[in-house]
Amino acid sequence: MMKVVEPGLLSSIQDNGRRGHQESGMIISGVMDIFSMRIANHLVGNAEDEAVLEITLTGPTIEFQEDQLIAICGADFSATIDDKPAPLWRPVVVKEGSTLHMKFSKVGCRGVIAVGGGFDVPKVLGSKSTYLRAKIGGYEGRGLEKEDILSIGERSSRSQEIFEKVDQTPIDWSVSGAYTNHIYNRSVMRVIPGKQYDDFTKDSRACFFEQDYKISKRSDRMGFRLDGENLECGLNGDMLSEGVAFGTVQVPADGQPIILLADRQTLGGYPKIGQVASVDLPALIQKKPGEAISFEEISIQEAQQLFKQREKEWQELKRMIEMKLEGLDG
Amino acid sequence: MNVTYHPLGDQAVLIHFRQEVSSEVLAEVQCLKNEIQQEQPDWLYEAVPAYASLAVHYDLTKLLHKEDPYQYVVSFLKEKAVNVNQDAGFEQRTVKIPVCYGGELGPDLEEVAQHAGVSADEVIKRHQNGDYTVYMLGFAPGFPYIGGLDPSIAAPRKDNPRTAIPAGSVGIAGKQTGVYSIETPGGWQIIGRTPEKLFDLNREESFLLRAGDRIEFYAITDKEFEEWQT
Repeated sequence: MMKVVEPGLLSSIQDNGRRGHQESGMIISGVMDIFSMRIANHLVGNAEDEAVLEITLTGPTIEFQEDQLIAICGADFSATIDDKPAPLWRPVVVKEGSTLHMKFSKVGCRGVIAVGGGFDVPKVLGSKSTYLRAKIGGYEGRGLEKEDILSIGERSSRSQEIFEKVDQTPIDWSVSGAYTNHIYNRSVMRVIPGKQYDDFTKDSRACFFEQDYKISKRSDRMGFRLDGENLECGLNGDMLSEGVAFGTVQVPADGQPIILLADRQTLGGYPKIGQVASVDLPALIQKKPGEAISFEEISIQEAQQLFKQREKEWQELKRMIEMKLEGLDG
Repeated sequence: MNVTYHPLGDQAVLIHFRQEVSSEVLAEVQCLKNEIQQEQPDWLYEAVPAYASLAVHYDLTKLLHKEDPYQYVVSFLKEKAVNVNQDAGFEQRTVKIPVCYGGELGPDLEEVAQHAGVSADEVIKRHQNGDYTVYMLGFAPGFPYIGGLDPSIAAPRKDNPRTAIPAGSVGIAGKQTGVYSIETPGGWQIIGRTPEKLFDLNREESFLLRAGDRIEFYAITDKEFEEWQT
């Protein structure tokens, strides 16, 4: 079990999302940084889509009431365990009675904490993800609060094996920055033109790909509002609501784009100028309010080739992690 | 079936039908959705219907061996669109929804009546006589977009939205009527409340309504409302 001493700004339990019920108006939710979730889970021997604790801008302080195997991935919150720097991107055993403390994120905006065995919360419609607005899933349907006690599931044999190895011989490697940097260090988001792209004025289309846009303070898990040049669409208000996706860039009547994220509604009624490629979503969601991004046009085929490449890298990384854990690599 | 296909990012296809809100297009969307879901390919996450579109979300990790995953999915969908037997139609249920009109449960009934220039009783009568169809669900879990309101009792949204409208509230906004499925802020004119739950996680079928359903509202008394709840 873990006790929440300080919850941080917004810490919520999220997995890969609640799929299959969008036709009933149920949003998907799920973790913002899927890339971090998969690596963190793999490092502690969980299934890739096991629920993790997603933390935002300011991390939590957590007291461990039993020994646990954890991995912290994503943004750097200057984490410490009993006042000693806690390593990121690697499996760590935290002893009973220890305290994990996290501060304001130095680089990036969101992190995840995976625990061997996963968070023991009930699945709601097939998912442990927290849907904050409807108070569904996760830990009592909400973000963590002081004094919450989190139960941890039983470790799988794989997870137990890693736990014992790491507990006996502390490890000195992490998932390399060489691997994560090229994913996160991007401010140019590659975008596939959206369904209503051609309905935007010629100037607006050019502007969208030429100007910088700043992430507004009025941004959350539902979407990033952007501040920049106004975009004009000929459809103006004359559109039927239709399906949207993670990364959809839609433009309401005020001309300022919104990028839809994990807690997006199932349907949207604003014209879609584009769609951020899946491979660039981890970089996007790590941006803090005030940071600038720009957009670069790619085709659907290019986006899917990039996705294939990323999956290939992921399989290689998994093999490397396994080799390290087996100790084959010294 | 006259539809067009568009990428909705790299993990979904958006199918566009004739852009209108009509029972014909609703039937087309539903028939194609059923046809697609029948086969359940392992890469299919879900098909999300709206007024005149269908968003087909797919798991790209399951299609990595395809040369062009997007074209592969589109070809699959085109084949389904050819096979659809529209004459067979789709299963259209009729769901009866009890409503306790007016009073504390329907605080805006009088305002709607004044706007329509008729009595409150007449609004209640006309609201029950509508020919209602659920076109889609969205906005909140189980929240239906219902067409078929008698236009004579259409009413503008409230100037100041309420911060919390209880689940089950039946409202009018413009030419639409709807039922709140969860407590949420909102600007609809609330004319009554149903004791029926549109969204209930404790029920095997969590969502009462589906796109394509026909709805019949019928009036119940305060007493019946109380009894229903216990």
